[in-house]
Amino acid sequence: MSQLPANYIEHHLEHLQLNLNTFTIGHGGFWTLNLDTFIVGLITALLIGGVFRYVAVHMQVGTPGRLQNFVEMAIEFVGRTVNETYHGKSQLIAPLALVLFLWIFLMNTLDLLPVDFVPSLLHMTGVEHFKMVPTADPNMTFGMSVTVFCLIIFYNFTVKGWHLGKEVLTSPFGPYLFPLNILFRLLEEFVKPFSLALRLFGNMFAGELIFILIAMLPWWSQWLPGGIWAIFHILIITIQAFIFMMLTIAYLSMAHDMH
Amino acid sequence: MEIASLVAQVQGFKAIAAGLLIGLASLGTAIGFGILGGKFVEGVARQPELSNMLMVRVLIMAGLVDAFAVISIVMGLLLFFTNGPFVSYILEVAKQVS
Repeated sequence: MSQLPANYIEHHLEHLQLNLNTFTIGHGGFWTLNLDTFIVGLITALLIGGVFRYVAVHMQVGTPGRLQNFVEMAIEFVGRTVNETYHGKSQLIAPLALVLFLWIFLMNTLDLLPVDFVPSLLHMTGVEHFKMVPTADPNMTFGMSVTVFCLIIFYNFTVKGWHLGKEVLTSPFGPYLFPLNILFRLLEEFVKPFSLALRLFGNMFAGELIFILIAMLPWWSQWLPGGIWAIFHILIITIQAFIFMMLTIAYLSMAHDMH
Repeated sequence: MEIASLVAQVQGFKAIAAGLLIGLASLGTAIGFGILGGKFVEGVARQPELSNMLMVRVLIMAGLVDAFAVISIVMGLLLFFTNGPFVSYILEVAKQVS
């Protein structure tokens, strides 16, 4: 490693960006697309979709294969979790939770690849910067959490109808303190996308940064801290994907609940 | 010479800030995890047959407790190991002056 540590880290924190004004590689102010996040996210999504489609088409009733067993396990796990928290009739929540859980889990798992492996391979083909983990990009996590937020608002309006107005005006403190009630309700709703997105982003970014810091040690001393952190990180990856799914289910079921 | 002392000053404050970020975050999480683990053990001692269900809840809460401390720690590490905006701002101003 011939660079200063600060340069090495800052080099690793830059995205491969596409300027949407001119369609060239580079930073374009607001109209910037993080190509690496976009492509890796798309590939992982297609991978999950493809595997599940394959299993669904080639389903066997008698002797299921390993892949089918795995898929059934994932579906049953998510289904059980959804049934525990959500008691409404919506057909959307379980599939949404399944997709969120598996997609975030797969994207987080890319954190366990060696930090320099894919970027240095792509460096040979002339790509300057490449960030492997899509969930370590706030744009990705905010994209997902804002989608969930839109669903929360949609269900609040469609399921509750006029009842929503009564709930917003009278909910914690009774009808006489309605301005305070509105303020509380607005805060409560707007905190949701931020907490969802920042929690996932913070954890993944932290994991990646610590892997980068470990990668700056001399080569013979990387194995022990790298191994320890990787084992700990497997836990974090799973728990963060699970929490994102769990909170999405909880928020959506709160949007369905009539009081 | 003046620039060197300015940069040194900024670096000193950055080190203090990073230490506070990392230290306070770890302190908060440590207290949180202590309470969480203690209550978990208490709960299991009262009703051992519920331990599986409680374990899942504890893991969820562990993730929640972890999250914001981790963000703070990363901000600290970033301050520690990168140049960041502070030093480069001083260097830019120094370039304009000289």
